[in-house]
Amino acid sequence: MSSETVVRPSDATAPDGSRSGRSGRLRGLLRWETGLLVLLVLVVVFGASTSSDFLTRSTLFYLGINIGYVAIMALPMTLVIMTGEIDLSVASMLGLSGSTVGLLWHHGWSMWPAMGVALLVGLVGGALNGLLVAKVGLPSIAVTIGSLALFRGIAEIMLGSLVVPGLGDRQFPAGLTSIGVSPVVGTPLAWGFVVFLVLALVCGVLLHMTPLGRSLVAMGLQPEAAQFAGIRVALIKFWLYVATGVLSAFAGIIYTLQVSSVSYNAGTGLELNVVAIVLFGGVSIFGGRGTLPGVVLAVLILGSLQMALTQRQVDPNVQNVVTGVLLLLSVVVPSGGEALRRLRARSRHPRKNRPSTAQPTSSPA
Amino acid sequence: MGSESGAPLLEVREVTKSFGAVAAVQGVSFELYGGEAHALLGENGAGKSTIVKMLAGVHRPDSGDVVVEGAPQTFAGPADARDAGISIIYQEPSLFPDLSVAENIFVGRLPLLAGRRLDRAGMVRRSTEIFARLGVALDPTRPARGLSVADQQLVEIAKALSLNAKVLVMDEPTAALTNVEVDRLFEVIATLRRGGAAVLFISHRLEEVFASCQRVTIMRDGRLVRTATIDEVTVEDIIRSMVGRDLEQLFPKTETTPREVVLDVQGLSSEGVFVDVDLQVRAGEIVALAGLVGAGRTEVARAVFGIDRRTAGTVRLLGKELPNGRPRKAMAAGMALVPEDRRQQGLVMDMPIDQNVALASLNELSRVGLILRSRETRLATEWARRLQLKFGRMRGPVSTLSGGNQQKVVLGKWLARAPRLLIIDEPTRGIDVGTKAEVHRILDELVAGGMAVLMISSELPEVLGMADRVLVLCEGRVTGDFTRAEADEDSIMRAAAGLSATGAA
Amino acid sequence: MTTAVQQPPAPTPAAESRWLVAARSRELGIAALIVLVFLVTTAYNHDFARPHSIQQLLTGASLIALLGVGETMVIVTRNVDLSVGSTLGLSAYVVGDLFKHQHIPVWSGFVIGVLVGLLIGTVNGFVIAVLRVPSLVVTLAMLYVVRGIDSLIVNGQTIDPDAIPNAFTAVGYKDVLGIPWLAVIVALIVAFFGYAMRSFRSNRDLYAIGSNPAAAELAGIPAGRRVFTAFVISGLLSGLAGALFLSLHAQIDNSGGSGYELNVVAAVVVGGVAIFGGSGTVVGAALGAVLLNTIDQALVASRISSFWSEAIAGGLLIAAIAADRALSLRTARSLRRREGAHREL
Repeated sequence: MSSETVVRPSDATAPDGSRSGRSGRLRGLLRWETGLLVLLVLVVVFGASTSSDFLTRSTLFYLGINIGYVAIMALPMTLVIMTGEIDLSVASMLGLSGSTVGLLWHHGWSMWPAMGVALLVGLVGGALNGLLVAKVGLPSIAVTIGSLALFRGIAEIMLGSLVVPGLGDRQFPAGLTSIGVSPVVGTPLAWGFVVFLVLALVCGVLLHMTPLGRSLVAMGLQPEAAQFAGIRVALIKFWLYVATGVLSAFAGIIYTLQVSSVSYNAGTGLELNVVAIVLFGGVSIFGGRGTLPGVVLAVLILGSLQMALTQRQVDPNVQNVVTGVLLLLSVVVPSGGEALRRLRARSRHPRKNRPSTAQPTSSPA
Repeated sequence: MGSESGAPLLEVREVTKSFGAVAAVQGVSFELYGGEAHALLGENGAGKSTIVKMLAGVHRPDSGDVVVEGAPQTFAGPADARDAGISIIYQEPSLFPDLSVAENIFVGRLPLLAGRRLDRAGMVRRSTEIFARLGVALDPTRPARGLSVADQQLVEIAKALSLNAKVLVMDEPTAALTNVEVDRLFEVIATLRRGGAAVLFISHRLEEVFASCQRVTIMRDGRLVRTATIDEVTVEDIIRSMVGRDLEQLFPKTETTPREVVLDVQGLSSEGVFVDVDLQVRAGEIVALAGLVGAGRTEVARAVFGIDRRTAGTVRLLGKELPNGRPRKAMAAGMALVPEDRRQQGLVMDMPIDQNVALASLNELSRVGLILRSRETRLATEWARRLQLKFGRMRGPVSTLSGGNQQKVVLGKWLARAPRLLIIDEPTRGIDVGTKAEVHRILDELVAGGMAVLMISSELPEVLGMADRVLVLCEGRVTGDFTRAEADEDSIMRAAAGLSATGAA
Repeated sequence: MTTAVQQPPAPTPAAESRWLVAARSRELGIAALIVLVFLVTTAYNHDFARPHSIQQLLTGASLIALLGVGETMVIVTRNVDLSVGSTLGLSAYVVGDLFKHQHIPVWSGFVIGVLVGLLIGTVNGFVIAVLRVPSLVVTLAMLYVVRGIDSLIVNGQTIDPDAIPNAFTAVGYKDVLGIPWLAVIVALIVAFFGYAMRSFRSNRDLYAIGSNPAAAELAGIPAGRRVFTAFVISGLLSGLAGALFLSLHAQIDNSGGSGYELNVVAAVVVGGVAIFGGSGTVVGAALGAVLLNTIDQALVASRISSFWSEAIAGGLLIAAIAADRALSLRTARSLRRREGAHREL
């Protein structure tokens, strides 16, 4: 039939199209990821222009120290948000993992088994989230606000006001805490940051090149259709939460070793930073859209910006303004254009005088 | 039709509307008179929905006018259209599950008492009155959550009635209704007409048009083909005007001899939905699952495929028992399910065409765990060719396709897995006449090639035309089992209504 | 007649009572839980029932309950406002700063607090309703932006009690008939919005929008305007909460109200507001806040370490939504059974 190729009107006007598909993704890359890349260059130029110390190995090292453990949590968060869910408990899990290490150390354990238990705690906590979200089907935002409080609360119960190791106590093994002061041999990079880069590669391949990744995208765009295509939506979500729990616990260990001490409130409030990074990286909060390279670029931009601002001695709280503004711009700029089009369309069809023949709407039936 | 004299209640005058480069409606004019039921016909994509949306105040015409009682209107939004006396009943009921039935009826114009307080009692009273007029017993105070689709549609109709609309637009209101409910709807339409209102009726079921409408307007490719009184036209005329050519044969049906049993379902039950369903499908036959909407047909299909868990019974595919609630196992064993709701269940609308085709075969398209994009595209191209898919770009989103072509993508997705059993739920719902015939031809070829097909359909002609055997479900029980020779409209309808059990229990 | 699904008892148009029963059950449940926690704790520690302790209970819950009013209006529309904590902090500091340096009159402290909140709420509402950006993203960004602006203004300082007029802090520590002023003010606001959410058309629209956004549009509900208003009100009340925070604590630095956003959401959800919109009441949200605070204080009073409070709050939140879920599943199943049983042809 000749009319078959007619594009559905409603879709022809869909704003800025999807960023999936090769050509679609290519166009997406040209838009969002390219924008991020340009921004990264600008930030580096800005940093270099404000301080001669910026383009040094130590900047790169401290960038990794500052943002590596946050960035590690951003990776599983990206996958979770791709499926249309969210996990707000990551920072609490970071604190709980650190507190576990601290408590066990306090009770005379040695470091490696303590870290093993911390990872196990991450697994259990993630499984709890996963069970409630994927199997029971509860809204993830509510569940993970609950586990945010729960995990932090358990950490609080475990350590209370204790800081481990206390003054005069047995200190953490220097070999391990050295990750907070010396880079990976042969590079200027911090250990946490290298771990992030390796995991980013793994997640990127997973998300963009494997059946599992494609399933995540399908789940985020249309969960029911994914289920009907035989994708085990609940199971995949469950394991994503488990992975998020374990990696957050891992981030907690790295953080603990870097600062070589721990208190229950480590990383409080970081969950929103993690979410901000992912969204700034171009991942849609509704799921199904976004790329991992985008998230990596977001990490690099926010990390370098933080370094640049710190070197200018800008209050860390003020740096929040920058994070917030960037996040806001990242969503307002695309939809601002769309809104402008809408307004223009409306002004072309001004609201004319209302019909005088209007029915009285409340006359009894 | 005596009441059609005088000025029209509503006129669509030379209306044109484009979306980007696509002209959805071009220079269409027709009139609605008080007291008439007027059918607006056309294939999907002919521009009917665009007309409806312009009447509803959702879209504005680029040029031309919507004229109500002689006064040209500019609707800034749905509220304006409503205030002008135009009321729309959409194909899909869109209620507010959290609000009460009464609030659903009056939403957007909730009645107020002094001090701008809500008049709840008045709202309930008037809802009760309207339901009495419709002859249904719905509790206005219950929340809308949990209402059946038919009841939801009734609430929508009650909403339109409560407005005392002069013009009532019904966009495929019968798609989800049973015959009894359709009859009642027609009575309501007749009552409204007698009261002087005009009804614009959109339906793919031509027999309904002939039963209830006085005039028809036919559109094709966004243009007006003709407006005529109902006694001037025949079904064939209408189809020819809609499609632009004659349809050779509506239901191609090759005689085949059924072979071995592919699907064997015994005692399948799901608490509160269906009980003790037995069914068998052989290679080389189409078994139709007929019955009223809500009889549990779709639910049976979901349980067989494993989307929902069954509470009792066994499902065997080629003799192998399938585990409960595991679609992946069913797929691996050779089962495929083309679901009822294409846009939500069949496709990922924002994914490209090729990725949609590949979605059920990702592991087969991968090497060392990585999807091979070239193989993916090749697979999709292959199936696009075999199913004669009309598309723009293989890597464009599937949402840009017409309904019929979207259905072909769903079919391609499953046929790519070379299944032994294809379950297909409402194969041609919301598909235009031309593509409908194509889908029927594809099904016929598949069966001729030895596939077993379990087809759920609410369209009796489709059931009678395509099926080798017909199972009828009523209230979750099998109430009829007919061979192709035995099956006729009357026996199926009786079984569907639970009146006489000709075949199995 | 497949459609005539007969409800076993003939439907009487006793709409009011039905609705009240449905609406009450959740609130009654929480109220009962509050009483239970209170009685158990009192049995353990009689001081818990002393007027002073009860006053503390009410005061402690007031600010979260106040923020919960706006948050409820927003969540009911299927949105969320994460900027309430930052807004409270900024408002409180601005008011404090003006007291310290400009010696503004006492009453204007509240007005300015409200204005600060109004401004932020308007920005939120504009970006969300006009530019149509997801509210989670917008208010998350605003959380940072507002907190950052706060820090810029604060610049490391603290406003001390001696800078705040006594008449202003009186609201925070004085009482009327034994009930703290703060609690009275918040209770009045909760009562007003509770009534409005039930009986004003524009507020019923909020439920419709959250229940089915597409249908709301078709029904001619001005969704954009309503959502905008909800965010403006949420901002406005957060601003007022800022002024009240200052009057309660009589000092403020740049961290006032940080982390409140999640507490507020938790209280609202525990109070029975569906996180995906469409249902829940302001009164329920307020009771949710009171319950969480009562548990907090009960832990202190029972000399169980207060370290437990956060874990319990989290567990309670999870339990609340799980219970909701179980309840709705059961209702759905019984509805289905009834429909199956009473369907006649």
